[in-house]
Amino acid sequence: MDSWTEFFNMGGYGPYIWSSFLIAIAVMTGLALQSWMDLKKQKRLVSELEARAERKRS
Amino acid sequence: MNAFFALVQREVRLATRVGGGGGMAVFFFLIVLSIVPFGIGPDLNLLTRIAPGMLWVALLLSALLTLDRLFQADQEDGTLDLLVLAPQPLELTVLAKAVSHWLTTGLPLVIAAPILGLMLNLPLDGMLPLMGAMLIGSPALSLLGAVGAALSVGVRRGGLLISLLVLPFYVPVLIFGVSASRAALVAVPGDLGGQSLALLGAVSLASLVVGPVGGAAALRVAVK
Amino acid sequence: MAWSIHTYANPTRFMNFSAIVLPYVWALAGAGIGIGLYLSFFVAPPDYQQGDSVRIMFVHVPSAWLSQFGYGIMVVSSIVALIFRHPLADVAAKSAAPIGAVFTFLALVAGGLWGKPMWGTYWVWDARTTSTLVLLFIYLGYMALWAMIEDPNRAARVAAVLAIVGAVNLPIIRFSVDWWNTLHQPASVFRLDGPTIHSSLLWPLFVVALGFTFFFIGVLMVRMRAEILRRKVRTLQMQQAAA
Repeated sequence: MDSWTEFFNMGGYGPYIWSSFLIAIAVMTGLALQSWMDLKKQKRLVSELEARAERKRS
Repeated sequence: MNAFFALVQREVRLATRVGGGGGMAVFFFLIVLSIVPFGIGPDLNLLTRIAPGMLWVALLLSALLTLDRLFQADQEDGTLDLLVLAPQPLELTVLAKAVSHWLTTGLPLVIAAPILGLMLNLPLDGMLPLMGAMLIGSPALSLLGAVGAALSVGVRRGGLLISLLVLPFYVPVLIFGVSASRAALVAVPGDLGGQSLALLGAVSLASLVVGPVGGAAALRVAVK
Repeated sequence: MAWSIHTYANPTRFMNFSAIVLPYVWALAGAGIGIGLYLSFFVAPPDYQQGDSVRIMFVHVPSAWLSQFGYGIMVVSSIVALIFRHPLADVAAKSAAPIGAVFTFLALVAGGLWGKPMWGTYWVWDARTTSTLVLLFIYLGYMALWAMIEDPNRAARVAAVLAIVGAVNLPIIRFSVDWWNTLHQPASVFRLDGPTIHSSLLWPLFVVALGFTFFFIGVLMVRMRAEILRRKVRTLQMQQAAA
């Protein structure tokens, strides 16, 4: 167990190291998710609009 | 070339008759600098130290103030389409616009600067270097500003956008300008004042190319 | 069929191509970042001067690299968009900007968190930090310009001019900031990165940077796909409104 506390402590630099890695992971995940959700939304809009165009035609 | 001077003349005349000319910019310059002592306290020594920096920052802000009308007014009444279609190279048109902006904003501010310098307790020895640096550096503000103004032609709330686009590009002018103005006040090793003045001149010369070329490119795509 | 630059520049082709390639890009990104994280925590030794705090480098340096890489992509795409009127180039330029801005932000944050234990303060106005901040401002201005012009075709060309003007000015800004910095701080500042990185730290750093780069490319593709569809939505809406 001691080795783990030592690991998280990082020679006293723990807070700085862990917060920088966590912020990076959070921000990058957020960016990827936001981009992915935007893509989903645009896909949905395209299919909706195409369906409407189809209905009008028939 | 005649068209160039005619355009400069028109712009300056328009600015003095309708826009109050350099008066508004000088007034803004004065007000911004009078706010400073309220913010940091009336300590004369402190004011002397920060005077060159504050004067330059205020100069940048005042130059931004009138940029949004540079092409916007012409775009609204259709003059801009004619300017773009005119046989004169669009680069020269942009240059004329920048020159007239400088004549109605930059030059009056340079002339007003010593008076405002006195209020900020800038020593008399520092006045000439300050004015010289501003004279060399302020054209770059108008030239780079013209690019920002051309980019945001036809954008609603374009004035705010211009500031966001242009201010990062003003950084070198500010750095070399302040350093050239300050060299006379602070004892520095070597010929720092001359060096920063030369660099300031280089930035202005580079803007002389970047401004008209970039501005004309932006106008061509904006008007089409 | 002739194989030209237009082969993959056609938006429909790009949609098909990116759909096939994306899973591999994500896999490479995940592998690079995963292995890199393992290496940076369990293999890379603490620095003899900075101790464990040197591990922040594994976030800071790849982010800083991508902040430059993103601007590079923006400028190249903008030039292609202006000269060849490429339908895909301005989509790439627009999509790269927010990703580049995010990594510029991360480089600043990680730099600050590294600076606190090393310099005793989160923010120093040193040359590199300051020019990175100016780069962030240019990214944000570019994005603001895109956001404020409604017609995507016009926005694309205006934004391309801005990106190129920015590329011309960035070296001047960087030089002036360097110059300003040596003026105000005699060169006694402790350098964070630079050529003195020990080789045992260098190759884990390389792995992380590679993973980050693939992540960048993956997000770029997703954003480009979304942007192409957004334009399709726009034309469909206009067609239906006109009908």
